[in-house]
Amino acid sequence: MFVLVEMVDTVRIPPWQFERKLNDSIAEELNKKLANKVVYNVGLCICLFDITKLEDAYVFPGDGASHTKVHFRYVVFHPFLDEILIGKIKGCSPEGVHVSLGFFDDILIPPESLQQPAKFDEAEQVWVWEYETEEGAHDLYMDTGEELRFRVVDESFVDTSPTGPSSAEAASSSEELPRKEAPYTLVGSICEPGLGLLSWWTSS
Amino acid sequence: MQRGDPGVHRGGRSQSPGAGAGGGSRGGRKDANSALLSNYETLKYISKTPCRHQSPEIVREFLTAMKNHKLTKAEKLQLLNHRPMTAVEIQLMVEESEERLTEEQIEALLHTVTSILPAGPEAEQKANTSDDVTMDEEDPA
Repeated sequence: MFVLVEMVDTVRIPPWQFERKLNDSIAEELNKKLANKVVYNVGLCICLFDITKLEDAYVFPGDGASHTKVHFRYVVFHPFLDEILIGKIKGCSPEGVHVSLGFFDDILIPPESLQQPAKFDEAEQVWVWEYETEEGAHDLYMDTGEELRFRVVDESFVDTSPTGPSSAEAASSSEELPRKEAPYTLVGSICEPGLGLLSWWTSS
Repeated sequence: MQRGDPGVHRGGRSQSPGAGAGGGSRGGRKDANSALLSNYETLKYISKTPCRHQSPEIVREFLTAMKNHKLTKAEKLQLLNHRPMTAVEIQLMVEESEERLTEEQIEALLHTVTSILPAGPEAEQKANTSDDVTMDEEDPA
C-alpha cells in the first residue's frame, strides 16, 4: 500500500529560520511541499521518512536564503496491481461504486467489475448484488458507509500542471469552468469470492 | 574588498519584507493544514487495521515463520496488512492458492497468521465487551 520513494530536491530555507537546526527546517519544508500532494507517476505523498544525504548549503546573490540539495525518502501511497485493500463506500452512481480510504478518495469500481448479477436501484441510488440461492434471490445492497474489500485493477495518473497562455485564450472565450480532474485515480474490482462488503463474507 | 553602495542596501531592506512573509506563510498555512489533515486520516485508517499492534520483532518473527511456505514478497505483505482469518481471504491474497497450497497448508498458514500477528481493534473490542459482561455478573454477588 505504501512505498518508500527516494527523491532529490533543493530546499530553500529563508533567513529568519537560520536559528533552527537545519535538519528540522528541511524536514518541515519538505513536508509542507509534498505532503498530501500527488507526484505524477509516483503516487500520493504522505510524509517524510528520513533524510539520507544533505549536500552543502549555498547562498545565492540577491537572495538571502540558503539553498540545500537534499536526498531523502518519502512515504508514498501507491498500491501495487492486484493488491487487496479495505475501504468505505462513499456513494453509488450510474458510473459505479465510489470507494474512499479516508486519506484517498478517488477509487471507482465500474459496474462490470461488481459481483454479477448487479443492478442499479434508481430510487435509492444504490447498487445491488442479486445473490441467487436455492431459496430465491437475495438483494444485497451496497450502502454508503459500509466497509468493503476490493482488488486494485488499474491506476491512472493525469498531469494537472497548468497549461500555457495559448490554450487559456481559447478557454476564456467560452464560459466553461476549468474541469477539475483527479490527478491519481484507482479502478477496483469486487468480482471474486471474498471481495465486496465485509458483512457478506463474515461467518457469524 | 569593495564596500557596496549603502543606498542600494537600504533600499532593499525597506521593501516591506513583512508583506512577502505574510503572503508566503498564509499559503504555507493552508498547505500545512491540508497535510496535517491527510496525515491524521492516514493514521486513523491504519489504526483501524490489524497492523496497529505490530512491532518490528513481530514482523521479523512472522517472516521467519513464513520462509518454508514459499510465498512471494507481495503475498507476505498482504498477509501482514490484512491478517486474514478465513480460507477465502487467503485464496484472494495468494495467487493460484488451489494449485500451490493444499488444504492442510492453508490451515497451517491461517494458524501461523492468527497466532503470531496480534488481533485488530475490533477483536479487542469484542474481548472487552465480553469481559464487561462477566464483571457485571460478579458485582451483585
